[in-house]
Amino acid sequence: MNAIHPKLAAGETCESWIPLLELAAREVFARMLGGNLAVASEPVVAEGLDVTAVVGLAGQVSGTLVLRCTSESAAGMAARMLGIDSRQAGPEVQDAVGEVCNMIAGNFKNKIPGMGDGCMLSVPTVITGRDYSLHAIADSTKLEVRLLFEELPLIISIEIHN
Amino acid sequence: MRVLIVDDSSVMRKIVARSLQQAGLDIAQVLEAGNGSEALAVVQRDKVDLILCDINMPVMDGLQFVKQLAGVESARGVPVVMITTEGSEGHVVQALSAGARGYIRKPFTPEQVREQVLPVLARNP
Repeated sequence: MNAIHPKLAAGETCESWIPLLELAAREVFARMLGGNLAVASEPVVAEGLDVTAVVGLAGQVSGTLVLRCTSESAAGMAARMLGIDSRQAGPEVQDAVGEVCNMIAGNFKNKIPGMGDGCMLSVPTVITGRDYSLHAIADSTKLEVRLLFEELPLIISIEIHN
Repeated sequence: MRVLIVDDSSVMRKIVARSLQQAGLDIAQVLEAGNGSEALAVVQRDKVDLILCDINMPVMDGLQFVKQLAGVESARGVPVVMITTEGSEGHVVQALSAGARGYIRKPFTPEQVREQVLPVLARNP
C-alpha cells in the first residue's frame, strides 16, 4: 500500500484540487462525448438526479468519486458516446455513465503529481433511483463541482477519507 | 485487418472501434473480448492483426493478458496497444515492459488513436 498523499499527510486542505476535478471532467466530455460542460447561471440542485456512478480510490488517496445526473442526461451521454439517438440508448446507458465516471477519476488522479502511480481505481458501480444514501464510514472531506451537460444538471464529487 | 478490442465496457469497445475507423484504418473485422481471459481464447481461435487492450478489467487484467499472450504461438508478433485510464509513467513502463507496443490514455481523441496505432502498424508490416 502506498503512503498517504503528502498534502493529506501534512493536514492541508484539498480545495486546490477542485479546478483539477472540473478540468478532468471537461476533458472527458470534450474528447469522448464531443460535448462541453457548462457552468449554470443558477445553482445546480441535486433533486431529480436518479443515476449515480461511483468509483473507489485506494492508495495515497482513498475515498470515492461520485457522478450524479438524471436518466435523461445519462441517456444523452450514452448516445453521444455511441453516436446514436438518445431514444435508442438501452442497456448501454449504465455502462456509459460508469465509464465516464471511471475516466474522470483516472484523469483527475493523473493530474495530481505522484498520484497516478500511487492511487488505484475500482471498477465503476452504477446506482439507479433516488431512494438511497451514501455514507462514508471514515471521517472525510468532500470536493464537488456542479455543471450542466446539454442543459441538464451534473454533480461530480470526490469524498476523500482523512 | 482484423482487430481485437479488449475492454470490460461494451460502450468503450464500440468507441475504440469507431476511432480506428475514423483514423482511416482498413478494418475487415472487429473482434471483442470483455477481459484478458476471453481475449486469450479469441487469439487462440482466430487470427488477429492488432490488439487494443484496457488495463483495469475483472477476471484477467490487461497486463496479465499481454504477458500470457507471449506464450500463444499463433499470436506471436501481434502488436498490442494499451488503452486505459491508468496514464501514469509507471503504468506505461509496466505495459511496455510486459510487451505492449503503444499506450493510449483515456480520455482520447481519434487523432490520438491514429498517432499511436499507425506507427505500431508501420513497424509491424
